[in-house]
Amino acid sequence: MSLVSIKDVRKSYGAQEVLKGVSLEIGRGDVTAIIGRSGSGKSTLLRCINGLETYQAGAITVDGMTVGDGETDLRTLRRHVGMVFQQFNLFPHLTAGENVMLAPTVVAKEQKGEARAMAEALLEKVGLAGKFDAYPSQLSGGQQQRVAIARSLAMRPTVLLCDEITSALDPELVNEVLKVVEQLASEGMTLILVTHEMRFARDVGTKLVFMHQGRVHEEGPPKALFANPGTPELAQFVGSQH
Amino acid sequence: MIQQLNFGDLLPYWDVFARGLVFTIVLTLTSTVAGIGLGTAGAWARTFGPKWAGALTRAYVEVIRNTPFIVQLFFIFFGLPALGVKLSEDVAAFIAMVINLGAYSTEIIRAGIQAVPKGHLEAGVSLAMSRWEVFRYIVLKQAFMKVYPALSSQIIIVMLGSAVVSQISAEDLTYAANYIQSRNFRAFEVYIVAAVLYLMLAIGLRALLRGIGRAIFPKG
Repeated sequence: MSLVSIKDVRKSYGAQEVLKGVSLEIGRGDVTAIIGRSGSGKSTLLRCINGLETYQAGAITVDGMTVGDGETDLRTLRRHVGMVFQQFNLFPHLTAGENVMLAPTVVAKEQKGEARAMAEALLEKVGLAGKFDAYPSQLSGGQQQRVAIARSLAMRPTVLLCDEITSALDPELVNEVLKVVEQLASEGMTLILVTHEMRFARDVGTKLVFMHQGRVHEEGPPKALFANPGTPELAQFVGSQH
Repeated sequence: MIQQLNFGDLLPYWDVFARGLVFTIVLTLTSTVAGIGLGTAGAWARTFGPKWAGALTRAYVEVIRNTPFIVQLFFIFFGLPALGVKLSEDVAAFIAMVINLGAYSTEIIRAGIQAVPKGHLEAGVSLAMSRWEVFRYIVLKQAFMKVYPALSSQIIIVMLGSAVVSQISAEDLTYAANYIQSRNFRAFEVYIVAAVLYLMLAIGLRALLRGIGRAIFPKG
């Protein structure tokens, strides 16, 4: 059974329909890369999965919970769905370690000591063992994004959403973040990434989704799709990405 | 006619000055704490609170910010007894100061709240935090960091404005000065001393606020 099931989802901003009936099945452990031009609806789709955006028709279920049906508490859902953002969104008044500890202590009501031990372990996992007490302003973009990943992992999500998480980074910092994501993938974490990193999508992804004008235009195994695009739109898109 | 400065005539009244000074300090500190508390609640109501609370707060802020402090003070001290609410000068002065600072600091803190990037709120709710938890743990401190200088200035303004409470015979520093010069007719010297004391109070308060800011906000 799919972990994330998206069925004929539609969303409009006023008269502008941005998702025109999107369906997608994502299994446990899948690494799904969503690509497409800006404005194709990929970020909106991602944000619908954890309820940051509402949708008007269709249904999204995560691990059996339907998003936005009024019965599923969004907070319960979000404990299972982590999200990492393009702009990192670290809390500047807290240290790296405190950023990671915040949700476990406030939401999950874990003991300070436990949460601290886990935060230290997670920071070590993303290669920032010595940065527990550093404030976000003292870290590079790549380091901040890795803290943001650790912060999401602290809630032990079953699926992690990544919204263009390397797009705001200097080119030389992209790899340190992608390495962390690759490690998560190899550990079996279910990942849904909106990304412009085509090589990463091909090499690490288990599933590629090409969105075009508010629809899933093509989906399939990344290597096959990149080698043999089934539609002229995907061929053109792949061709335009250096 | 040139009069000789004569501060010697003030000496017998040093204890009156001292009591007035202490009153002004205590009034300023207590009303600052309560006023900032009220302002924080008001700012919450206007940004994170229910609609009706936001509307109510907005009306309160408009009324207070568009009327003179002395009228607010007189209303509380001379007007409210008509409704059966009789307050002592000290309590009336305190309430007027809190209500006044509450309105101004509501607007200042609200500006700070609105300056917190929307992405931080999204990051918070994505971590399964409730709206209240997002406000409490993510927004509030950031908001105070952003507007702390403006808030400090407002506190100084309120301290200086507290001189007005002498008009309802609350025995503050200005009341003391008025009292002394009515006894020894040394108005020139008395108000020089009062002005210097206010100046020292303002400088001291500013230093205190700076110190508090350094202690509670992270550097960098």
